[in-house]
Amino acid sequence: MAEKTYLQAISDGLRQEMRRDKRVFVIGEDVGVYGGAFKVTLGFQEEFGPWRVIDAPLSETAIVGGCTGAAIMGMRPVAEMQFADFISCAWDQLVTVAAKQRYRAGTPVPIVVRLPSGGGFSGGPFHSQNPESSFAHIPGLKIVCPATPEDAKGLLVSAIEDPNPVLYFEHKHLYRRLKADVPDDRYTTPFGKARIHREGDDVSVITWGAMVHTADDAAKQLEGDGISVEIVDLRTLVPWDKHAVLASVSKTSKAIVLHEDTHTGGFGGEIAATIAEEAFEELDAPLKRITAPDAPVPFSPPLEKAFIPQVENVAAGIKELAEY
Amino acid sequence: MATASAIDVVMPQMGVSVSEGTITKWLKQEGEQVAADEALLEISTDKVDTEVPSPGSGVLQQILVQEGETVDVGVKLAVIVPEGAAAEAPPEEAPPAPATQEAAAQAEAPSSSEGETPAPAQEPVSEPAPPPEPVAPEPVAPVAEPAAPVVHEPAPVEADGTGERTFVSPVVARIASEHGVDVSQISGTGRGGRVTKKDILAFVESGAQAAPAAPEAPAPPEAPAVEPTAPTPEPEPAPAAPAPPPAPSPPEPEPAMAQAQAELTPGETFEPVSAMRRGIAEHMRRSLDTSAHVTSAIEVDMSRVVEIRKKLKREYQQAYGVNPTYLSFVARATVETLREYPWINGELRGDQIVTRNYVNLGFAVELADGKGLIVPVVRHAEGLNLLGMARSVSEIAARARDKKLLPDDVQGGTFTITNPGGYGTFHGTPVISQPQAAILGTYAVVKRPWVISDDRGQDAIAIRPIMNLTLTYDHRLVDGALAGRFLRDLRERLETWDESKY
Repeated sequence: MAEKTYLQAISDGLRQEMRRDKRVFVIGEDVGVYGGAFKVTLGFQEEFGPWRVIDAPLSETAIVGGCTGAAIMGMRPVAEMQFADFISCAWDQLVTVAAKQRYRAGTPVPIVVRLPSGGGFSGGPFHSQNPESSFAHIPGLKIVCPATPEDAKGLLVSAIEDPNPVLYFEHKHLYRRLKADVPDDRYTTPFGKARIHREGDDVSVITWGAMVHTADDAAKQLEGDGISVEIVDLRTLVPWDKHAVLASVSKTSKAIVLHEDTHTGGFGGEIAATIAEEAFEELDAPLKRITAPDAPVPFSPPLEKAFIPQVENVAAGIKELAEY
Repeated sequence: MATASAIDVVMPQMGVSVSEGTITKWLKQEGEQVAADEALLEISTDKVDTEVPSPGSGVLQQILVQEGETVDVGVKLAVIVPEGAAAEAPPEEAPPAPATQEAAAQAEAPSSSEGETPAPAQEPVSEPAPPPEPVAPEPVAPVAEPAAPVVHEPAPVEADGTGERTFVSPVVARIASEHGVDVSQISGTGRGGRVTKKDILAFVESGAQAAPAAPEAPAPPEAPAVEPTAPTPEPEPAPAAPAPPPAPSPPEPEPAMAQAQAELTPGETFEPVSAMRRGIAEHMRRSLDTSAHVTSAIEVDMSRVVEIRKKLKREYQQAYGVNPTYLSFVARATVETLREYPWINGELRGDQIVTRNYVNLGFAVELADGKGLIVPVVRHAEGLNLLGMARSVSEIAARARDKKLLPDDVQGGTFTITNPGGYGTFHGTPVISQPQAAILGTYAVVKRPWVISDDRGQDAIAIRPIMNLTLTYDHRLVDGALAGRFLRDLRERLETWDESKY
């Protein structure tokens, strides 16, 4: 056990799997010589060679298409998008080919696409998005959003093991900000199993990724007001842990769904609808969504701050529900 | 116009203690033909689940109460338009003008949640004259849930005297319904005085809910519907246990089912309480609170019954397909004996003692799923011989187990027999089925060493099939000596069973 950043945990997990399993290889823009845009694969090419750490041309379509073909032939590719935003270029390969292949032909497509996502550092509209809900809507794809270093490693290993295409959303803002103990040995973190980040009685906050920490800061602020907040970290959106969410809502009877993605069509709507459908008689207050507004992510630091849900926004929302 | 007027389908009275019923299924849809007595819908009450036959032939014009809804006895559920009248119905039925339509809606406020008119294409504006007569001739139960604690919709909660109505959230409504709590009795701490989940849980835990929870208390409005039918053997509910007025929040002793719901501890699971279980719980508690229960027991040598039964068994089964059970012998002898003990077949009703010239014999039957008990009644049991009794008991018990009882099958009992002997138990102290005066318990027939007199008049020990009988009686009406004599005579009848008589 050693203390590691979120980024180191991803890097270590990937390296361990590559050492363990020769079928695992990485491909992406500048992942080799340069070590990746965020240095997740720094030193990988030296260790594993250019055939397992492949610098790809500037074509996300080629990267995901190549991965899909290699996976069908028995490999375990791990692709890196420099920014999650660029995944849209590979939409067709992912959504039309990879997601449907198993259904059409019965062949597993064990690919992982690593997606550095999220904002908070003036990346602007092309380098700050959280497009998880677009892909959560596509049957055949799995969606993973780790919030802690330990989960970052465990979920990456599970993603590589999984026989389906997995989109692995790693939040850039957590890369070096988060540091925590991560087991040295190989381990997996199962999909579809939420983590209760914090236990509480008054209001449930259901969230994932970087927003887990925003919610946690808000919860700490509200301790003084005697408001007890439960935070459910979903960890994976497809599949998502409905039972954990419904159990938490049954306990507190008040729920906030919080995400950094924009509002309309965000995955929070799916969760809110499910709560309304299956736990209606448990509710003591209206459901509440706290999300980014329906707008591109702004460059300007003050605007971006207004855009991404902040601790104060979350605290205010929790307080409002607690007092309802 | 030879228009037969529309026929109303109303929630039937399923027993004296039942004040409401839930529609579980409509077997006919709007617009479908239905014949008189054809099964029209299924309902569920805390006593029986049953089909309701159509009160007439015609077209099911309108369903007013949807599946899943619970309404009071007497509330109109649907309208059937008799054959041939369908075409002409609208002019008669349809409220002539918007102004009076309101009145019509008011006249039958309780049922018309769906909108009352059968889509009249044109309004017969020409004759606004006849004010729409209340389509339901019988007294329609009042709108708002009377005694029933179930909260179906936001109940008005006074907020700081402004008379403002505040919202009852789904979880609060559910808890209120589970615990029989009137939300308006709770002071809320939520926004605008809203009662929050915490408020109601604290209220329930304080044990204050108590009062208005007795759903069996016959709601005053429906009384007139039942009362005028004078000399029928329908026993009115004993006025013995009037529901106490809703107390604001004094901590009171907990009623049967309303214990504060503690959190689950590891290893425990929750299971919802069925309507039947709730009814049983309430009835048992109320019976113990009403009657002074005392139990006497007697041992009966069943040799003669065993012998006769062995002989009759083949005959009955071959000729009639009926098994002459020990229970039917006991029931037959009991009915004979009750003739001479009218108080044991009687009832304490207010300051009067009721006796009868008939016996409606109830039998406690466990349901097939093992999760409930019901007491179907064999009516006029005094008119049945042993064969008739055996047949009636097996038939009604089978229907009870399969939940096929009709409303009439569970009401009007005057005396009850419970038979836990099938499991080998030899004694028990059952609870009286209110408002009756006593209940007979029959137990296992067991071979035992028994002291008898031999033909030389000397004591000897013989092996005899012995059955214990208990009589649990309401000591307010029945004294111990009377109960003792009853049991003695009952034993005598069984030990000297006279085939020619029974």
